[in-house]
Amino acid sequence: MSEQHETEPAAAPAATATAPDAGTAAPGGPGGRRPLTGSLIIQAVTEGHSAVITILAVFVALMIGAVLIVASDPVVLRAWDSFSYAPATALSATWNSVAAAYSALFEGAIFSPATVSAAFHGGSIAAIFYPLSLTAFEATPLILTGLSVALCFRAGMFNIGAAGQWIGGALVATWLGYAVNLPIVLHAIVCIIGAFIGGAVIGWIVGELKARTGAHEVILTIMLNYVMYNLLSFLLTSHNLMQAPGQTNAIAPNIAGNAMLPHVGGPPPQVGVGFLIALAAAAATAWLLSRSTLGFEFRAVGASPSAARSAGINVERVWVLAFLIAGGLAGLSAGTIVQGQTAPLTFNSYGTYGFDGITVALLGRARPLGVVLAALLFGALNAGGTVMEAATGVPFDVVDVIKGLIVLFVAAPPLIRLLFRLRRGGGAGPQAVTSQGWSG
Amino acid sequence: MKLELRGITKRFGSLVANDHIDLVVQPGEIRALLGENGAGKTTLMNVLYGLVQPDEGEILLDDKPVAIHSPRDAIRAGIGMVHQHFMLVPVFTVAENVTLGTEPVHGLATPAFSLGGARIRSFRLPSFGLLDRRRAHREVRELSERFGLRVNPEAMVEDLPVGVQQRVEIIKALLRDARVLVLDEPTAVLTPGETEDLFRIMRELREGGRSIIFISHKLKEVQAIADNITVIRRGQVVGERPPSTSSTELASLMVGRSVQLRVSKEPAQPADVVLDVQHLSVHGERGEHSVRDVSFQVRAGEILGVAGVQGNGQTELCEALMGLRPSTGSVHLDGTDLSHASTRARLYAGIGYVPEDRSEDGLVADFSVADNLILDVYHRPPYASGIALNLDAIQESAVKRVEEYDVRTTSVQTPAGTLSGGNQQKVVVAREMGRDARLLIVSQPTRGLDVGSIEFVHKRVVAQRDAGAAVLIVSSELDEIYALADRIAVMYEGQIVAFVPPSIEEQELGLLMAGLGAATDGGAEPPGEPQVPVPEQP
Amino acid sequence: MTALVGTVRAPVTISRRYLAAGTFIGLGLINIFVFGFFAHRGDAVFALSLPGATPHVPPIRTPGAVTAYVAGAISIGLGVLRAVADLPRWGKRLSIAVVLLCFLVALLSWADAGNSVGSLEVVDLLQGTVTASIPLVLGALAGLLGERAGVINIAIEGQLLTGAFTAAAVASVTGGVWYGLLGGSLAGGLLGALLAIFAIMFLADQIIVGVVLNVIALGLTDYLNNRVMGPYASTFNTGNTFGTFKIPVLGNIPIIGPVFFDSNVFLYITYALILVIQIGLFSTRWGLRVRAVGEHPTAADTVGIRVLWTRYRNVILGGLVAGIGGAYLTVGNVGFFTPDISSGFGYIALAAMIFGRWTPLGSVAAALLFGFSFQLQTELSVLRVPVSSFILLMAPYVATIIAVAGLVGRVRPPAADGKPYVKA
Repeated sequence: MSEQHETEPAAAPAATATAPDAGTAAPGGPGGRRPLTGSLIIQAVTEGHSAVITILAVFVALMIGAVLIVASDPVVLRAWDSFSYAPATALSATWNSVAAAYSALFEGAIFSPATVSAAFHGGSIAAIFYPLSLTAFEATPLILTGLSVALCFRAGMFNIGAAGQWIGGALVATWLGYAVNLPIVLHAIVCIIGAFIGGAVIGWIVGELKARTGAHEVILTIMLNYVMYNLLSFLLTSHNLMQAPGQTNAIAPNIAGNAMLPHVGGPPPQVGVGFLIALAAAAATAWLLSRSTLGFEFRAVGASPSAARSAGINVERVWVLAFLIAGGLAGLSAGTIVQGQTAPLTFNSYGTYGFDGITVALLGRARPLGVVLAALLFGALNAGGTVMEAATGVPFDVVDVIKGLIVLFVAAPPLIRLLFRLRRGGGAGPQAVTSQGWSG
Repeated sequence: MKLELRGITKRFGSLVANDHIDLVVQPGEIRALLGENGAGKTTLMNVLYGLVQPDEGEILLDDKPVAIHSPRDAIRAGIGMVHQHFMLVPVFTVAENVTLGTEPVHGLATPAFSLGGARIRSFRLPSFGLLDRRRAHREVRELSERFGLRVNPEAMVEDLPVGVQQRVEIIKALLRDARVLVLDEPTAVLTPGETEDLFRIMRELREGGRSIIFISHKLKEVQAIADNITVIRRGQVVGERPPSTSSTELASLMVGRSVQLRVSKEPAQPADVVLDVQHLSVHGERGEHSVRDVSFQVRAGEILGVAGVQGNGQTELCEALMGLRPSTGSVHLDGTDLSHASTRARLYAGIGYVPEDRSEDGLVADFSVADNLILDVYHRPPYASGIALNLDAIQESAVKRVEEYDVRTTSVQTPAGTLSGGNQQKVVVAREMGRDARLLIVSQPTRGLDVGSIEFVHKRVVAQRDAGAAVLIVSSELDEIYALADRIAVMYEGQIVAFVPPSIEEQELGLLMAGLGAATDGGAEPPGEPQVPVPEQP
Repeated sequence: MTALVGTVRAPVTISRRYLAAGTFIGLGLINIFVFGFFAHRGDAVFALSLPGATPHVPPIRTPGAVTAYVAGAISIGLGVLRAVADLPRWGKRLSIAVVLLCFLVALLSWADAGNSVGSLEVVDLLQGTVTASIPLVLGALAGLLGERAGVINIAIEGQLLTGAFTAAAVASVTGGVWYGLLGGSLAGGLLGALLAIFAIMFLADQIIVGVVLNVIALGLTDYLNNRVMGPYASTFNTGNTFGTFKIPVLGNIPIIGPVFFDSNVFLYITYALILVIQIGLFSTRWGLRVRAVGEHPTAADTVGIRVLWTRYRNVILGGLVAGIGGAYLTVGNVGFFTPDISSGFGYIALAAMIFGRWTPLGSVAAALLFGFSFQLQTELSVLRVPVSSFILLMAPYVATIIAVAGLVGRVRPPAADGKPYVKA
């Protein structure tokens, strides 16, 4: 703090982009590294470090989710109708409903105590890990689309087009899957590379348009999404294109068994190779961003395109490359689904992977590790949500709302700080992932 | 109206920007607040204008305390301020800017008349706030004529030269009946001729009983216009002096030690031509010509200073030389044609570039000092091997350079944006001068810096020259041009109107900067027709 | 020496002149080599009156292929002109309009040349265009109310969606479509308030908040649609709509009448809003202050304008307007709410706003364009044009991309757009 204001604060209170957290000056003189001590952890909690913000955001979202759960439970609603003469019943009904729902969520996503005790009585140990494997399975495509969006964020751009890029990858992977015949391992590899390329091409279109014409990527990507939705439907309903023979619906042919990604480990639990690919991609992205010259360029352009340009960096080239790689990552996500599930490609296979990728990237503060953790959280919510719906009847949409709320709160740290009276931090919070208005 | 500030104190964190400041300004007095950049003058005026709330102290007008919590309160109390960075909306007209907040609207009213002995008064019909542009123009014209501040009410502010924009700001304050007028560094953007104009206006306003507070760090101007000088240093008032006080005394009060007002410099020993620019022109997006057919040469061991008021194409010239703007014409460095080269190619051909806006274009504020120091060479050994960065090498080199250039930072990993202005500039300088440059282009290198940093930068620039580099320095601070340049090129409206030696009188230089005066050697066509109404010079 | 110096050009952006000229020529070539070439033999018939309308305007018959060729030639000619000549601003705009018109005429000629199914119902097409553009115009107006004050509103999509949902639900429950309209508007306003709070008070990034609000809106309406509207459709989703209302005299003008003066109340509300906002923003004190806040909030603050209040107010007003747009999608149009009924209109409205350079009249022109491309798709599938409906559905979105990338170039938003205002 002492180095900060040797010149005066600006005469005019300049309107700046979302208020950044000032970096801390580390002790130890120039060249010193930050000591990792318990005091730092305490400091993080009391001063609103971003990880704490995230946890608190999750907590508040779960609270609001609880309200929705209660609202959709007719038993509880009836109990509240008679609140005036049986208040305890209403409260306990509420508690039971919420507890049942959230414990079902937990059991579906992490582990269920029942399986643990069953294991002790001769049941399968592997079954304990089944929920976790489901979580990993759900998280896999989200890790990749999350990385896709996060990479662009770091380069200063908003990739809303992960869905369209996903479709691009899905189309190529599917086609390679059924139209070509290759031996076992090779086929899978070719398909997954094809998925990357398919997504990369779509991403490249956006980057190139932005670089050459200055158009804003928010509109370009969203429009391209809709184009791709329709392209997918078109291809899947044309007999001589990608529609499965004999089908009247928009379904592609099944891809060859050789092209499927195998699982690791025997019958449940299983970790799909897709999950490992996702983790590898996260590691590669992390390395790219922090340890490579290309990543340096991405970050410089993201933080200050004008300074980067003045220092000789080719800003337009960075935009194109960022979108290219981001598109490829989204395409990989499609590959893990197309080659990881036996169901064929249909007109809405893209689901919510694209938009969930945005929320995962925001939650993960656009850092690869954060993205992985956030994707696992969302994966847990997805996996648990299905079980919750089956066990307690609470609709899955509640999970969607919880996801959205988490992100909304994470995008507004001052609100969380306000709610919990945390002081404005000196924690080295990463800059808000922003694009600076329409001029990019 | 008598203005008194009593015990004003303002802290920003651990920094005390204003430390129990007392100030009394009588009606009809021009008071100068003199201090270097960072001394606390602007903070004090922000307190007066309600932009900032003081931690202690009070403000009295005509011996009565007033509470000023916002600019609205200040305006109502009769205080007007012309900020260093104008508070004008560029895409609005002069009249719209001046009347903003008190816009005249169409006053539709029924007429008053008599009906059978009873008098029916006139009723105001709702006008839905429809702007009465004609009345606004009239009001602006009246004021501008009354005070001799000639402006065109219909002109768009962004098309106006900076000197005229300043007049708009003054009219804005006068429209609201300002009795105390605060001018914050007003001459930074004016030619010497325009500065004289401003002084004339100030004297006229003073005759009307108004008080004027004139904030500046320029000794000569302060001595020329002020009735009284208050010197501020590090947030405290360190003295009040009459304008007859010597410059040396004022300067040492300002800085707290004896100051070498001008860096000592050996005479230049120019050698071969390093930079050769021929017929360089830059066209803007809307067809305007920001740089018109500029030709000049800079030799090794020589400093060419480009003098001129900001906004005459200097920024565009520097950017064109660095390949940041498309241009026509040719640029040669040591004989190599760089006219179509990328920015990176030009940097590697041996050009160092210190841009005008260090926080926007010179540094990535979020990056560490170390990363900023390699912003131009991050992909070359030893900082990278292939695609992988060599973090240790980056760290080592950064530590060395930070020491060499005396950058005050607790760590090279600190984000550069948290450093003070002076230290930020040192980082940029360390990067650009550490590259064995053949040509150094520096634009407004000491803007907003404290005296110590200014000295440092000037010394380094001269050192580069003496080591054999060619230096092109662009500055709107005449003191800086006089201090450093071996040759001066005067730029006006995109053209170089004259090449003159540093022995030229400031009066004459001022005339050239304003587009007047005889042209001497080198590409001096008469200035092109002005595109907006230019006020006549007295 | 040369090894040090790469000869890559300075930044590779394409100047607007050549981009526009290239687009014109490209479209012209498509006119000739696609529409002209592939047109069936025979005439294209443009029916200019609705059957049974008085007075009846006779249809226009033109040979299909020839029309396309002529249109193509005009486009190419304009393209060359644009590349070599320095046109005044109105000339540039006029040329864009003419080229687009030529493209459409060529397209329609191809579609209907020798077509046995029917003639081109021009009035139908225009009518459909105007109504299809209503949510786009309202969305764009909502966007620019906020952006002119400096707040980016990406949540228009969410506002349309929640507006549509609320309108359908309220109209069904109360039985009154006007209540539905009101409810929809309020729902949009609520979302606007959320955006305002997060963006202005909590300084969150405006684009992110907008996208997140859209995601939440989608999730919430899907959830409520499944839980409430699905099972209880008879209560919550009865599909009421407004009746249409023809303006006397004006409604009888041939061609123009049925298009502009014979529709339900939403169109008239839209007219009113366009007028009010256009005049309001550029000729009143209110508008001047709003624009000051959007361009230079500090300057506005120093003359006593309440910056934050202005922003809150405008964003919420924008939400209310967008809510009306959403209400149109249900009670003004098809009646029933279906999931994702807004299908990207909110984003297209944003594009219209940008394309229209943040002015109401400009946004209207752009919205009409996009609305037309939607309507065209319906028209062409009626004519059994041999192109998959999915390809046709792509058209509006591709048109938006071309517009944003090709014809607009770098636009200039309000200077403080997207930047939260923080006092020292």
